[in-house]
Amino acid sequence: MSKLTFEDILKLLSKYNIEELEGVEIEGDIEIEIEGLPNLQAIGMELGMAAYHLARAAMMLGFPFQQLLQPQKPIEVKQKEEELELIKKKFEPYKVEWSGYVEEVQLGATKKDGGTRDYVIKLGGEKSLPFYIFDSEQPNLPAISIDVFDRPVPLPKVVRMHYEDVMENPEDWAKKVVKEFNADAVTIHLISTDPLLDDTPVNEAVKVVEDVLQAVKCPIIVGGSGNKEKDPILLEKVAEVAEGERVLLASATLDMDWERIGRAAKEHNHVVLAWTQMDINSQRTLNRYLLKKVGLPRDSLVMDPTTAALGYGLDYAFSNMERARIAALKGDEDLAFPVSSGTTNAWGAREAWMKESPLEGDSSWGMREHRGPLWEIVTGLTLALAAVDIFMMMHPVSVAVLKELIQTLGGKKEEVECEDWIAVV
Amino acid sequence: MKVKSPLEIYKLLPQTNCGECGFDTCMSFAAHILDRSAKIEDCKPLVEQAKKSKKVAEKLKKLKEMTAPEIDEVIIGKDLKIGGEEVLHRHELTFFNPTALFFDVSDIMDEKTIDERCSRVVEYKKFYVGRYLTLDGIAVRSVSNNPDKFAEVVKKVSGYGKPIVLISLNPDCIKKALDFVTNPLIYAANEENWKEMLKIAKKNKVPVVVRSKDLDMLKSLAATFKKYEVPVVLDPVTEPAGRGLQKTFERVIQIRRTAILGQDKDINCPIMVTPISAWAMKADEIAKIYWETVIASLFIVKYADIMILHSLEPHTIMPIVTLRANIYTDPRTPVQVEPGLRAINNPDRNSPVLITTNFALTYYTVESDLQSSGASGWLLVLDTGGLGVEVSVAGGQFTPEKVKQLMEETKVAEKVDHRYLVIPGLAARLQGALEDEIGWKVLVGPTDSGRLKAWLEENWPPKKEIKN
Ligand code: SF4
Repeated sequence: MSKLTFEDILKLLSKYNIEELEGVEIEGDIEIEIEGLPNLQAIGMELGMAAYHLARAAMMLGFPFQQLLQPQKPIEVKQKEEELELIKKKFEPYKVEWSGYVEEVQLGATKKDGGTRDYVIKLGGEKSLPFYIFDSEQPNLPAISIDVFDRPVPLPKVVRMHYEDVMENPEDWAKKVVKEFNADAVTIHLISTDPLLDDTPVNEAVKVVEDVLQAVKCPIIVGGSGNKEKDPILLEKVAEVAEGERVLLASATLDMDWERIGRAAKEHNHVVLAWTQMDINSQRTLNRYLLKKVGLPRDSLVMDPTTAALGYGLDYAFSNMERARIAALKGDEDLAFPVSSGTTNAWGAREAWMKESPLEGDSSWGMREHRGPLWEIVTGLTLALAAVDIFMMMHPVSVAVLKELIQTLGGKKEEVECEDWIAVV
Repeated sequence: MKVKSPLEIYKLLPQTNCGECGFDTCMSFAAHILDRSAKIEDCKPLVEQAKKSKKVAEKLKKLKEMTAPEIDEVIIGKDLKIGGEEVLHRHELTFFNPTALFFDVSDIMDEKTIDERCSRVVEYKKFYVGRYLTLDGIAVRSVSNNPDKFAEVVKKVSGYGKPIVLISLNPDCIKKALDFVTNPLIYAANEENWKEMLKIAKKNKVPVVVRSKDLDMLKSLAATFKKYEVPVVLDPVTEPAGRGLQKTFERVIQIRRTAILGQDKDINCPIMVTPISAWAMKADEIAKIYWETVIASLFIVKYADIMILHSLEPHTIMPIVTLRANIYTDPRTPVQVEPGLRAINNPDRNSPVLITTNFALTYYTVESDLQSSGASGWLLVLDTGGLGVEVSVAGGQFTPEKVKQLMEETKVAEKVDHRYLVIPGLAARLQGALEDEIGWKVLVGPTDSGRLKAWLEENWPPKKEIKN
């Protein structure tokens, strides 16, 4: 009888494409005497067994063993393959429990509790990280407020086009963001009070607040111009005219008369936004001053640890907020307050508004009509995952998309039927 | 890694302080192992001795085990690393291997489209903080389910030299394609096909994605593949919208948290997320583009080590690569550059003198804007402790006194014939005080250095002042 080499076997195997079925790897060009038994040790058990069976079968049936190698019945060979078994395991999710929680703060007041708003917004109340609803229920999902200014402001083209018709009139502007863009709240920035801009007197500036309170029935946030001397005086006056409305007064900082703002809020039933420059210790200090020195109730404080735009310090802003929130959940009461984000800052990044890259080496930056809103969305959603309870934003598309995501991660959405992407054309 | 103190590592080192690893002492080396700025293999004496002595070999093995990252590191292609993470929150240490971004082509796309998409992946670059952000690889999807057709496209794509993910649930397709590409990531083994996929992976020694929404099944698959030493990536299935997306978020977080805090060694693998799933939604194209970017961003922040995406529109890529750069920036290293004086585009005695801060992001933005504007100039870099212009002006790190000191140290006055300093628009309020301090005329430049070119064209050289 002739010799059958492994090469021959290999050829036969590949012809019938059963090499895979066996789970047997055949290498080399070892010769096998069909009449005798091969030296098993020399060629390895697995290989040897296969060869042995083939050889035996060949002896029994006589050459060739075409029939035997029909793909549907390589029974002899198959029995000897290493049986692959699934190792059955159970996934036990690691349980995380926190001792602390975030204070719940109410913005706006309805008739029932002394205001004139149609509804209120509750911020905070978390007992776990944002959207970890599998750890514990999240009582209040983040809200979105849209920025309105008391005078026309320079805005990137992509944003400006949505506000061109209302820029001269803060009431219309406020109505538009609520009716058309679905804002949960309105932030009216009294920037005209800035001594370097119009230097509008305080008494005149606060009229806009009264008008906006008439124009819209959602909770409102009132911002100053950022002037350290004038803002405390301004916000004190705002607190007076908006008595009982639980307005969020934005903002008190360490380098201004925070005490004055804090007292006004306490006296007239408002909420203070405590703003620090991305420093967790300053935030603790300012919060403590407002709570301890002023005696502001714990349910009347929101903090703004500073929002930096995507690409321009977002990493600091993110980690700063995440650290603060984790500290709160671990029981640090000085940091256990809802967080606000000036997400509009995203538009300060040139990537959000410039038509094209000023750099020759860059690939195209693409359409700014989409790039801009996406820049704001990504800035917002990143910080949402760190801690944010209320966003201040500008582009209507950004607001809509972020809202959708908040509702989705908050577990408010139904099942959506979807194909598997693998074979989608 | 398991160890928490350098002492535990030190105990197993040769303790000769020979310095071959580049550190003065074994203790210092141990500290660098701990923060992952050095590898055990860098201790050459240990590696050498391990070859001769069984006892040392044991030590080496133990050290490697002790210092292995919490999440397995998996290599795709030649050297693209994914996974290897240690912590859940970046401020606890840092994240290590940035989420790898793969973009798909399918075997039913026409050749032109395939080439165009591959070229985009290869060529994309965006300047950011002194370097270019780029894309990682190409995922070839079998839609035809025809092994020959798939293999043909894989062969073509592999010519672009990028790491590759092979996407097909049909083992025949994968098997065929493997002839044309080195060390791709195989996608995917699931409850139905895992035996065949495992055989292929064992034979070809390639990493495999195991896929299941059911985390018991996912864990079982991972444990089984790991037993045969196949590098594993987990795909808990990305559902793009509604309740499904919320559940996806939950699965990803539970997996990573259980791996790190729960020390579950079956599922301590890199995680794959597929924002491309957004393209299976019933929605218009713009909605899909936005939603794909949203899903990608969500999971760049939360634990995805590798992603498959579809949109190659630059306006969706840019936010994604920028976010990835931010999240994976090492928070331990201050992002500062050396203060001093930089000569840009061979300036001469009439070139403008400008100033910025040593915050890396600010500095590189200004520097690259000047470079590409073609204008030449002297750029003073002020040490603000790594703060940007606006913050340092407000916070008192950008002061007239410090500017004066910097100008004296760099002797910039000897390099130019004029006496004009251009300051950033965001430092405008320092203009007067600065003029008093340094005795130069101070010009307020644009607030964004992207506009420097136009600004210089209009304002440089400065118009002669009319003297009366
Ligand atoms: S090379 Fe090894 S033995 Fe030498 S100093 Fe470094 S750690 Fe110590």
